[in-house]
Amino acid sequence: MADVLTFTYEVSDEDFTRAGEASSDVKKKLKKLGVSPDVIRRVSIALYEGEINMVIHANGGTITILISEESITMILDDKGPGIPDIEKAMTAGYSTAPDNVRNLGFGAGMGLPNMKKNTDSIDIETKIGVGTKVTMVINL
Amino acid sequence: MTVEELAKNTSLTLLTEGLDLSAEITKPFCCDLLSIAMGKAPAGSCWVTVTVNNNTLAVATLTDVACIIFAEGSAVDQALIDKAKEEEIPLFKTELSEFDAALLAFKQ
Repeated sequence: MADVLTFTYEVSDEDFTRAGEASSDVKKKLKKLGVSPDVIRRVSIALYEGEINMVIHANGGTITILISEESITMILDDKGPGIPDIEKAMTAGYSTAPDNVRNLGFGAGMGLPNMKKNTDSIDIETKIGVGTKVTMVINL
Repeated sequence: MTVEELAKNTSLTLLTEGLDLSAEITKPFCCDLLSIAMGKAPAGSCWVTVTVNNNTLAVATLTDVACIIFAEGSAVDQALIDKAKEEEIPLFKTELSEFDAALLAFKQ
C-alpha cells in the first residue's frame, strides 16, 4: 500500500480571530510537497470553511489530514450540537451564524456550499447533541 | 500592473513596509463578506474591502491575493499590520471608496 502522510490539528474555540491556522499550515505543507496550486487552493478553501464552522458552531474539534499519492482526505470531527437539517445547511445563503460572527464578515451561508464545490466528495455524519464528522476528499 | 506600481498612487498608504511588491496584479476584487471572498477572490487579485480583521488576512493568504486595500478610511491596528508582514501580504489603506480604490488597480 502506498504511503500515507497524516497530520492532526486541534481546533480551539478560544480566539475566533485565530481560526484558519490549521488551514494555513496545511497549505504550507502541500506547497512543500509540490502539490499543484489549483489543488492547494481547493484544499485551502474547503478546509478553512470547515475550520471556521467548527469554531463558530461546535466549540472547536479535531482536524485530520491524510495525504496519499491518489488523494487528500480532510476529516473534521467535532463534539458540537449537530446539524438538524443537512439539506438546509447545504443551501447557499442559509446560515445560523450569530451576529458577532456576521460582523466579522462571515455568515453568508456559503461555508458548506463552498466545501462541496471545491471537493470531489463530501460526507457528513451528524447526530444531534453528539457532534458532526465531515469527510472531504480531493483526488490528485 | 505590479503591486509596486499600484503603490505609487498618492491616495494609497502602504502599511507594510519592507515586503516584496513585485507581484503582478491580475484584477481588482471588491468584497466584504469573507465567505464569498474565500470562494471567489481570484489568485493574484488586489482585494478591496472594509472588513478589517485577522480573518481577512487568513482568507487573503489562502486565496493567494496579491495585496489588500482597506477602503473608506478603515482603521487598521498595528497587530494586523505585523501579522500581514509575517504572512507577506502587502496592505494599503485609503480614504477612497471601494469602487474608486478598485479603479486604481484596474488601469493599464
